[in-house]
Amino acid sequence: MTYISKPKFQHPQLQANNIGLTRRDYEGTLTTLCGGCGHDSISAAIIQAAADMSLEPHRVAKLSGIGCSSKIPSYFLGKAHAFNAVHGRMPSVATGANLANKELYYLGISGDGDSASIGLGQFCHIVRRRINMLYIVANNGTYGLTKGQLSATADLGSKTKSGEESLYDNIDMATLAIELGASFVARSFSGDKQQLVPLIQAGLSHKGFAFIDVVSPCVTFNNTDASTHGYKNTWENNVALSQVDFVPMRKEITTSYDAGKEKEITLHDGSVIHLHKTGSNYDPYDQENALHHINQHKKQGRIATGLLYINQSTSDLHELTDTVDKPFNALTEHDLCPGDEVLMDINETFR
Amino acid sequence: MNNPASAKVEAITRINDFVVKFANVNGSGSASANNMFAKAVFRMGIPVSPHNIFPSNIQGLPTWYEVRINEQGYLGRREGVDLMVAMNEQTIAKDIAAVVPGGYVLYDSSKPLPEDLFRDDIQYLPIPLKDICISEFDKPPQRQLFKNIIYVGALAALLNIDFEVLTGLVSDQFRGKEKLILPNIHALELGHQFAMDDFDCPLKLQLKSSDKNDNKILMDGNAAVGLGCVYGGATVASWYPLTPSTSVVDAFGKYCKRLRIDPGSGKQKFSVVQAEDELAAIGIAIGAGWNGARAFTASSGPGISLMQEFLGLAYFSEVPVVLFNIQRVGPSTGMPTRTQQGDLLSCAYASHGDTKHILLFPATPKECFEYAIDAFDLADRLQTPVIVMSDLELGMNEQICDPLRWDEDRSYDRGKVLDAKQLEEIEKFGRYNDVDDDGIPYRTYPGTHPNKGSYFTRGSSHDAYAAYTEDGDVYAEVMDRIAKKFRTALNYLPEPEIDNSGNNLGLLYTGTTTSAIQEARDLLARQGVEVDTLRVRAFPLHDSIKAFIDGHDRVYVIDQNRDAQLKSLLKIELNVNEEQVESILSYNGVLITAQHIERAILTSMESQTAADKVES
Repeated sequence: MTYISKPKFQHPQLQANNIGLTRRDYEGTLTTLCGGCGHDSISAAIIQAAADMSLEPHRVAKLSGIGCSSKIPSYFLGKAHAFNAVHGRMPSVATGANLANKELYYLGISGDGDSASIGLGQFCHIVRRRINMLYIVANNGTYGLTKGQLSATADLGSKTKSGEESLYDNIDMATLAIELGASFVARSFSGDKQQLVPLIQAGLSHKGFAFIDVVSPCVTFNNTDASTHGYKNTWENNVALSQVDFVPMRKEITTSYDAGKEKEITLHDGSVIHLHKTGSNYDPYDQENALHHINQHKKQGRIATGLLYINQSTSDLHELTDTVDKPFNALTEHDLCPGDEVLMDINETFR
Repeated sequence: MNNPASAKVEAITRINDFVVKFANVNGSGSASANNMFAKAVFRMGIPVSPHNIFPSNIQGLPTWYEVRINEQGYLGRREGVDLMVAMNEQTIAKDIAAVVPGGYVLYDSSKPLPEDLFRDDIQYLPIPLKDICISEFDKPPQRQLFKNIIYVGALAALLNIDFEVLTGLVSDQFRGKEKLILPNIHALELGHQFAMDDFDCPLKLQLKSSDKNDNKILMDGNAAVGLGCVYGGATVASWYPLTPSTSVVDAFGKYCKRLRIDPGSGKQKFSVVQAEDELAAIGIAIGAGWNGARAFTASSGPGISLMQEFLGLAYFSEVPVVLFNIQRVGPSTGMPTRTQQGDLLSCAYASHGDTKHILLFPATPKECFEYAIDAFDLADRLQTPVIVMSDLELGMNEQICDPLRWDEDRSYDRGKVLDAKQLEEIEKFGRYNDVDDDGIPYRTYPGTHPNKGSYFTRGSSHDAYAAYTEDGDVYAEVMDRIAKKFRTALNYLPEPEIDNSGNNLGLLYTGTTTSAIQEARDLLARQGVEVDTLRVRAFPLHDSIKAFIDGHDRVYVIDQNRDAQLKSLLKIELNVNEEQVESILSYNGVLITAQHIERAILTSMESQTAADKVES
């Protein structure tokens, strides 16, 4: 893999968003992943999501671990700082970064190896710490970079290209996140941009820990008919809860929805998520029902997608620990150093 | 038999120069009573150094508190015990055996002492502590706790401690819990009265008020580190509990709650995160450092081992982070509550590949405070991890030192960080460009500028613009530039402390070994052996260390570890000639003594002379 910069020309008719930026301003370098990789669709969805909601690219900090998934922060939001941490340890770096400056958007990108195996502990604890960020797992059930070993999210009985069968039960990242207290949990499919883009927008706008498990097929090592993470199985067994629309805070709501057929969720920043019902009367605020729903579908070999759970009444780590409004990285010695006179008093306590 | 006058060896007669050791059962409440004794000596103006020798246990195992009192100011440990306060039945035989001839044993005579524990060369001071407690106090917990206070009261009479100093200490200790003051003073009086009635007080071993501690403080290194982090501007502390480093973060949190609350909003200008393990602890600190906050973690051997991968990332991607290593005895779990300088090599080159880290070696609580502050400046200036190498001895024991000071003219050195305006003036920002030819590149915080200054931080090979590369030449250029940065680092690191009077022999040491050096020199001088000294205070090593070694026929390198790690660093970094350096090693888990150093040098010189004779 080498670093490939993208040519800097753009279509003259590319539309500018509310802050005068075009889609090109949200792109990164050219991908070095395999042609057809699900992860590239995630990059494209992030670009579209950020552009459409007029996010300032440099106000985002991108964090990732190690693996194919963790490479993708190169391919979107080139004007944002990025941190490629060590394998499985992005959550701790994201925690520290978030503590240092509460004013940025934090976007974590990880994979199933990175978050469900080597970094499972860190994943669990960042959920518990309620860091205000969007955490995406590009989940393909396999280790791509090391040529196709099974990962911990591979379903029991799922087979890789080489025919290796998963002998163990899988770890379901979405149920895990719900159980540990994540306040926004969704599942989507890299091939379903219509669903994924608004979920990413909603996840970025959500205040608290937002998690999206994105089934993202590995075309090279885990896209066989016998794999539950391949395109075929995911298309056939994807059961979307609802069609999702996201209306960013700045945008006026121009489309009129039939109130009887949809659920409206207003996020803390004023953005609105519209969930268009596809039949069932699903309550995304019901934690136990969300777990039940996912497990019921799993038993039938189906993948429940959509916004599975949301809780808007939790506090993030900054609120829990009551930190000052000014970002820590903007505090100076004037704010932080108690001075010599105070030290003289402290010396007295050691006499 | 119990009469002190019956001993065959005359009692030691000494003023302000002896060792009192307390042998207790862990969890019996002895720590605060023993500490009261040490602090009383301190307040009498007499140099004193307490050493806690405690178990990895909450309740039941033996624990000792050794107090060295020395008018001349020797604050290291001294071998032998002059007065043993033997309060632990499990260890009493060994404890009595450790008393030097002519010394004393104070013990609880509520139960008779077995006949075989009577020596005829020491004095016995029997006090029926348990019986006194039962008759004076109703509640079992009080009976247990006040037993300790009663023996302190007895020691006041026996050793001639100013009783008002003790009552003053009780008042200070229980400020806010006033109803505890009177019962404690009553307990002190009970012990005092008993000793006055039953023994010839004071003993020939006694204290006399002095003026040696004017303006000094008595503080433990970990509290000083925690306070240093407050003064140094740390806002993020991430950690995982681990003895003996725990009290660093405890102290930081305690001082922050007093000194780092925003007066207007009442909100916190700090965050302490107890992480799930040490990997996350250092990861959090690195994430915060990357994003422009001053962050640290504190740990010890096992935790440091877990942090290796992240330390390599911070080294190669050049992220500032401060790590306090309060060293304990390894390898593996080792002896968690004993001291060692065992992590010199594993910290100097922590992580795989070619790495190197800045190390600072404090020797006193004052230096713990100052190096903590310096560590944040150094990490920001050099954009790399800085590891402050304390140890259990320094971290968890109180030591006399000069008072802490903050220079009001000092401002934080945040290093080479570009703001939006500076970025505007730059045509193309390169995160790892050696613009100033000192090996230190410029960095930016996330979110600084809409179009300029963003970069990709990674542990994979990168070029001067932070882009991924597998071009071996470009990789080598970056590695060479980082090596250059570490040469630049020498301009910022504390220089070695050298006392060179042109003697043939030198002593080279670091950290807590310092406490034994002046005494060792004086002991050797009495044998006609004069030595020069060099104290290493930072790594990478200054050239003056090589010059010092080259300028002496023989340099004894003192290591508190088995494998001569400090000596190894000298050989690796300074190409020191093996013939010129000889190791003095101590690795039994307690602080090295001046006597140990003296013996090692005299033995070495004898064998040298013998070898010379054979040759000639």
